[in-house]
Amino acid sequence: MTTTRRTRQFAATAVAAALGVTALAGCGSSDDTSSGSGGTKGSGSKTVTLVSHDSFNASKDVLKQFTEETGYTVKVLKSGDAGVALNQEILTKGSPRGDVFFGVDNTLLSRALDSGLFTPYEAKGIDRVAADTRLDADQHRVTPIDTGDICVNYDKKYFADKKLAPPRSFDDLAKPAYKDLLVTENAGTSSPGLGFLLGTVATYGEKGYQDYWKKLGRNGVKVVDGWEQAYNEEFSGSAGGKKAKADRPLVVSYASSPPVEVLYAKPQPAEAPTGVATGTCFRQIEFAGLLKGAKNEAGGKALLDFLISKKFQEDMPLNMFVNPVVKDAALPELFTKFGATVDSPTTVAPDQIAKNREQWVQSWSSLVVK
Amino acid sequence: MAVPVAFFALFFAYPVAAIVGRGLKADGVWQFGRIGEVLTRPEIRDVLWFTTWQALASTALTLLIALPGAYVFARFDFPGKQLLRAVVTVPFVLPTVVVGTAFLALLGRGGFLDQLWGVRLDTTVWAILLAHVFFNYAVVVRTVGGLWSQLDPRQEEAARVLGAGRFAAWRRVTLPALGPAVAAAALMVFLFTFTSFGVVQILGGPGYATLEVEIYRQTAQLLALPTAAVLTLVQFAAVGAILAVHAWTVRRRETALKLVDPAQTARRPRGAGQWALLGGVLLTVLLLILLPLGVLVERSLDTTGGHGFDFYRALSSVDAGGGTFLVAPLEAIWNSLQYALVATVIALVIGGLAAAALTRRAGRLVRGLDALLMLPLGVSAVTVGFGFLITLDKPPLDLRTSWILVPLAQALVGVPFVVRTMLPVLRAVDGRLREAAAVLGASPLRAWREVDLPLVRRALLVAAGFAFAVSLGEFGATVFIARPDRPTLPVAVARLLGRAGELNYGQAMALSTILMVVCAVSLLLLERIRTDRSGEF
Repeated sequence: MTTTRRTRQFAATAVAAALGVTALAGCGSSDDTSSGSGGTKGSGSKTVTLVSHDSFNASKDVLKQFTEETGYTVKVLKSGDAGVALNQEILTKGSPRGDVFFGVDNTLLSRALDSGLFTPYEAKGIDRVAADTRLDADQHRVTPIDTGDICVNYDKKYFADKKLAPPRSFDDLAKPAYKDLLVTENAGTSSPGLGFLLGTVATYGEKGYQDYWKKLGRNGVKVVDGWEQAYNEEFSGSAGGKKAKADRPLVVSYASSPPVEVLYAKPQPAEAPTGVATGTCFRQIEFAGLLKGAKNEAGGKALLDFLISKKFQEDMPLNMFVNPVVKDAALPELFTKFGATVDSPTTVAPDQIAKNREQWVQSWSSLVVK
Repeated sequence: MAVPVAFFALFFAYPVAAIVGRGLKADGVWQFGRIGEVLTRPEIRDVLWFTTWQALASTALTLLIALPGAYVFARFDFPGKQLLRAVVTVPFVLPTVVVGTAFLALLGRGGFLDQLWGVRLDTTVWAILLAHVFFNYAVVVRTVGGLWSQLDPRQEEAARVLGAGRFAAWRRVTLPALGPAVAAAALMVFLFTFTSFGVVQILGGPGYATLEVEIYRQTAQLLALPTAAVLTLVQFAAVGAILAVHAWTVRRRETALKLVDPAQTARRPRGAGQWALLGGVLLTVLLLILLPLGVLVERSLDTTGGHGFDFYRALSSVDAGGGTFLVAPLEAIWNSLQYALVATVIALVIGGLAAAALTRRAGRLVRGLDALLMLPLGVSAVTVGFGFLITLDKPPLDLRTSWILVPLAQALVGVPFVVRTMLPVLRAVDGRLREAAAVLGASPLRAWREVDLPLVRRALLVAAGFAFAVSLGEFGATVFIARPDRPTLPVAVARLLGRAGELNYGQAMALSTILMVVCAVSLLLLERIRTDRSGEF
């Protein structure tokens, strides 16, 4: 009803509006070019646009090297967290804002592939990429770029003071010794929260995971909405948490969080203040793909090749705190020294996730969120 | 009038209608059945119920706490009053991500209440309600207090001389005069809390969701556009109703009241009762507003080696962000100022023209425009942002990757403030002056320059200042479109908070503090040029 009333109102002023549109349009597009940003016009363009989520980062040197090698300048567009960024791409399918999208992970992969977002392209050097990350190896609609593990992190000082061994596995977390210690994120709204839930599904199966969460609930697990609150406000091991006098020594975060705590501490400590419970990990794989309808397809292909080049892969860990997927890329010392090696992370097939995700999250909510 | 209407049609109505249409249409056929289907789902009904009752409770609590404040600011004179009035307005323009962090520090574990009495309010509805009071205190103080300070106290005194008791005199004389202003303030608070997003998301925890939060979840995370579209329509209807009632109370308030210069009505408090009232209000402001802001400052200075300015120094280096940005975080301040400036210019042009049109013309259509211009305050940023994506996608209007989208989105939120500030002043300009100028041969432009401009210049400045401060703090829409090489202040804060590590957290706090100071300074400047009749916000 509201819409119809408004429509009538606008109909009355349609002529005026049309005039205004033309004026504003001219103004908008000329501003765009003068600011040097509207480069992706025509296929001969020297700009290639990468659309990604907020966590994307690359050092300036590496982007410059790409320009030197190929002649293309990379323009990056970031929009929201991983899920939001992907959904925006799906909405603009066929008329994309850029040429390459980076940041679909295995939990959202089916949604992306089913919506027909990508043009298949076999990136040069794909044979160097670890086989277990190549989830679309037949069609090459997406190329794996990095992996990361969602794991429970622990506050080393807390467990040393209490003379208690930190938990190692999902089973441990449900034990009385760890009552009221764990904080996790809402699986419905946060990707580490969802990853942790999927880890329990992979470990205990379709039926068993609900029992496990009942146990965790009785064991006093706390659920907050996002990673920021869980990590910076509730987790006693993080720098933010210490200031906030946080009281939960266990948090669902990433295997790469301990090196980050070292890198951004001043002065840098000799040992990371936090550790990783390596038996609680869920593996995330992030992919990139050439967008259907890309204005600069050649540039997009060159960019995909570059994303799995040794240079980019070695630059990635300290910018995005993820692990390279190509075998010849060396990890920085910070990772090898302070990071955890996760030998057997859990994982769930993308089509399984796509099929059951909603239902898993819903039954999880009814068990844990009151 | 054509320009503001075209602006809103293009950058607000069209994108919103398109995204709602996308949700409600399947294969080109409208699916209105979905409305009933969505609204009968139990979890959606829970959301509607929570949205409504928390907004009612927040409004009641805000009035309860802020009305004494409005009285004190209106009737008492005390040192530092201007500064304090600027300070209580700062929360109104701060991004919620910053405020949420401060409130967690205050109400969560180890917070103020926890240390005093072992009380923790995080993830309870109390945290949401208190944060809503924090945000909206200024709305009541400014809307009600602004009018209160101009009511002639002698009218009440006259009633008392004629034998009315103190309370009866207040109830019969002051309250009726104040009523519409209280109603208007209450409705604005209700509107802001009904559409609350960040506060509920950060402080409420996963158990609570308002309509706005649910729209965000359904759109951005689940891509469940049909559900989101239905919820958007529900919110639209609710906001439209609130605004209609608001417009009605505003019109009632504009009916002639005998107003006097606020400088004549305020005086130093006398007697124990008045001092106690002043003390009580100051204590409330201290606990409710200064304390959360203070926590931010404290955390920004709290480095490993004791208190210092390390985090502030780190803001100027690119490396300290560890690649979180392609530029030094400090540049975000410069970006924000530039964006806010452009947004202010757009908001002033659009809002100013709209206000002028509303002054000169009457009738249903024009009044509709008045309410229409307020709508962006009540429509979710995610709806507008996603709408932009699917509508402004073809040349010459492919603005999706253009920097101009940021100030455009910010201006949408700034325009209502410009209109509300300008309108009372413009209406007060005597039309006969213009006619006289015209009769004497002045062109319309000349008449405007010689007659209107001098009279409204101060209001224009105040409007500009508000639009500027609001643009500076705007987060919801900006976060969708801000470019990585040009982050705004709130976006930079959010990105820093999204990273582990002490330096990132400290820098987020330092940037928040800077944002707070910039807002406070611009508001303080406004206090100095404030006009008599522009007391709405």
